[in-house]
Amino acid sequence: MRRARIGLLVLAAILLALPLALPNAFYFDVVNRMAINAIVVLGLNLLIGFAGQISLGHAGFFGIGAYASAVLTTHFGWSPLAALVAGAVAAALLALAIAPPIFRLRGHYLAMATLGLGIVISIVIRNEATYTGGPDGMPVPPLAAFGFEIGGEREWYWVLAGLLLFSVWACQNLIDSPFGRALRALHGSEVASQVVGVDVTRYKVTIFALSAFFASIVGSLSAHYVGFVTPNCAEFFHSVELLTMVIVGGMASVFGSVIGAVLLTALPQALATIEGWETVAFGVILIVSMIFLPKGLVPTLAAKIGWGR
Amino acid sequence: MLAQLLQFVFSGLTVGATYALAALGFTLIYNASHVINFAQGEFIMLGGILTVVFLASGLPLPVAILLALLIPAVAGVVIEKLTIEPAKGAGVESLIIITIGASLVVRGLVQVWFGKGAATFPAFSGSTPIAVAGAALAPQSLWVLGSMAVIVVALWLFFSRTIAGKGILATAVDPLAAQLVGINTQRVLLVSFALAAAIGAAGGILLTPITMTSYDVGIMLGLKGFVAAVVGGLGSGPGAVIGGLLVGVIEALTAGYVSSAYKDAVPFVLIFVILFFMPRGLLGPKTTERV
Amino acid sequence: MALLEVSGLSKTFGGVRAVQDVSFAVEPGVVYAVIGPNGAGKTTLFNLITGIYTPCVGEIRLGGQPVTSLPPHALARLGMGRTFQNLQICMNMTAIENVMVGGHLSLDRNLIKGMLRFPAVRRADAALRERAAALMARVGLGDQLDVPAASMSYGGLKRLEIARALAATPRILFLDEPAAGFNPKETAEIAVLVREIADSGITVVLVEHDMKMVMSISDRILVLNYGKRLAEGTARDIRADPEVIAAYLGTAA
Repeated sequence: MRRARIGLLVLAAILLALPLALPNAFYFDVVNRMAINAIVVLGLNLLIGFAGQISLGHAGFFGIGAYASAVLTTHFGWSPLAALVAGAVAAALLALAIAPPIFRLRGHYLAMATLGLGIVISIVIRNEATYTGGPDGMPVPPLAAFGFEIGGEREWYWVLAGLLLFSVWACQNLIDSPFGRALRALHGSEVASQVVGVDVTRYKVTIFALSAFFASIVGSLSAHYVGFVTPNCAEFFHSVELLTMVIVGGMASVFGSVIGAVLLTALPQALATIEGWETVAFGVILIVSMIFLPKGLVPTLAAKIGWGR
Repeated sequence: MLAQLLQFVFSGLTVGATYALAALGFTLIYNASHVINFAQGEFIMLGGILTVVFLASGLPLPVAILLALLIPAVAGVVIEKLTIEPAKGAGVESLIIITIGASLVVRGLVQVWFGKGAATFPAFSGSTPIAVAGAALAPQSLWVLGSMAVIVVALWLFFSRTIAGKGILATAVDPLAAQLVGINTQRVLLVSFALAAAIGAAGGILLTPITMTSYDVGIMLGLKGFVAAVVGGLGSGPGAVIGGLLVGVIEALTAGYVSSAYKDAVPFVLIFVILFFMPRGLLGPKTTERV
Repeated sequence: MALLEVSGLSKTFGGVRAVQDVSFAVEPGVVYAVIGPNGAGKTTLFNLITGIYTPCVGEIRLGGQPVTSLPPHALARLGMGRTFQNLQICMNMTAIENVMVGGHLSLDRNLIKGMLRFPAVRRADAALRERAAALMARVGLGDQLDVPAASMSYGGLKRLEIARALAATPRILFLDEPAAGFNPKETAEIAVLVREIADSGITVVLVEHDMKMVMSISDRILVLNYGKRLAEGTARDIRADPEVIAAYLGTAA
């Protein structure tokens, strides 16, 4: 825990110092996107890395948040904050509703069911064009609450940096709490956790809903930040991107989530020139890290320098 | 009324046959290795795209088809050799992720090489529909269904009449025991990947004149094939065929009577229903987990 | 009144009758051993009673309350604990964390409180940590508290299983071959530990192959053969039973 707190302080220091080093709005934008991804990946890693349950449809929950913020504010006159909360609650409820049958499944069935869920969500978004603008997407008004409006990359930077710090802190706490311990235990041995009283399905369902909740909130923020949403944000490839970040950074590693998000958000910037290669690159990275670095970057490096987890 | 229903069933069976072939591919690899190959859909895509490319380069149809079956089979072997084999002993989740990686590589390469456009080629024997009880049946549909039947029979003969086929079955039941009686389980895995890829590609080739193809059709077709395999009961050959046809018909009926926009959602809703009410699918094996 | 009553329990696996019509009762505070040749259905019996498998026929009562077919986590709430023959340790955690998982039910497991680090949750967790450390010392692992479970020896893991089960403060504890793979000295240590556990008021049901240990610490013994009850009684009864001798030595009764 002490090491985790040192990590948190280092992250805080970096986030405080970073604005001095970023030359212009473009770099602020890249860092903001990294933060957005990092927060979703933190939630997803709770599910995949710590609880050991795969989700191939997480972008669907991100999409629910993004479109709740877009549609409810634009078509129904909701305040952005109310829309954000509504989206997050809807995502969590949806997760709660479908999770009990899903989590009786394992391995490939679970992968398939979450993937199917993501696809159904993205199909709905594409088809309900009256509200969502269909495949073309729709604009999103800026995020305004309590008389303030967040505008521009720099203001967003502070909002997202604060949220990222909070998320890392909350994740560290959760993992170290009785709830988190039970979660890690059911990953280690489901039957052993059961016989000491862990209601395994309930824990899986809860963490699934929590990570959906996180994803939806970040989806909302991301929609306001970019000012535009397209169905791409809810689609399979986005789910795979998020999954890749979890794996490359390191499953069951809080800072792995952050590092994974940073690296793989930077990658498309580097590859942006040639379409198609981005997909190839993600594929190769997935395969290579799964075979040669199955624990992910941060845990592997930590083990190398003898730091443990 | 009836003619319309029949029309929907025809189109459902046609596309369902492709799902069935994809499902057979999943089943083959699953039985040989308990890997779910998420790249299965890309073989379907490869079959269609390669035929388009070879036809455009002036090759006659049979040669183009043969190459479009062979190349994905080789791709399947390469994927097994390069990605599954080095990850021996990894968990189910890891293997799923690896095959997703493989599918991204294949799709990305095709996108770079072929572009994003849709393409097709003419139906094998014209497109003058045959009238059946007021409904129109495209000759290509007959090709699709007929070829599926031939492939199913060939697979059945392979598995029940040849030593190689029986070796694969034995490996499916108990890999260690199979190894002990001298079956090269590594080769079984390679053969399974090659077969699965070629069968998937066959589906892609047959379906392309009806639905067109592009670099990104693999995901949907592959996933629906997986749904079909699960509906039929993962691991069961006959289940895969029935599951495929069933998914195709239900999808077509939904498109016809409910909403064509939501037809793609059908298999994924269906999978929830199936997994909820009969987690082993229609014909899946019954097993008790041991602790 | 008996703490555990098992009546007419049967389980079939696709035609194989693993457990057939087994009945017995365990009085509180005793060491009750289940023995039998390999494949006699001992572990299956444990799995049926602790809710891992669902019995085909039969009834199980704990403290007079019917508990047949309850899931394992519900049985744990009622005071049932167990260890596993084939080691079910969370290799992704440290030794003491494994034991602390055993104390899961005694804590406030609220997600939000945990996430926001509520002081009360932290305090209770710290107290559990101390209790877990004491339990580890009791099973002889006092020097391995923060060692990753994955780097522990086989013997250490077997002891860890017992510490974890004890952390749940069970009324009745099922130990599945606690001394398997141990040398005579270690086996003797485990025998003492098991007797101590029973003397502290936790009823122990034991599957074990080491006959010396079974005979020395058990108050009553149930003998299974081919899934059926062959005999039941005190160590002396069992030693003298001709059918038991036949089953173990393979001679005609």
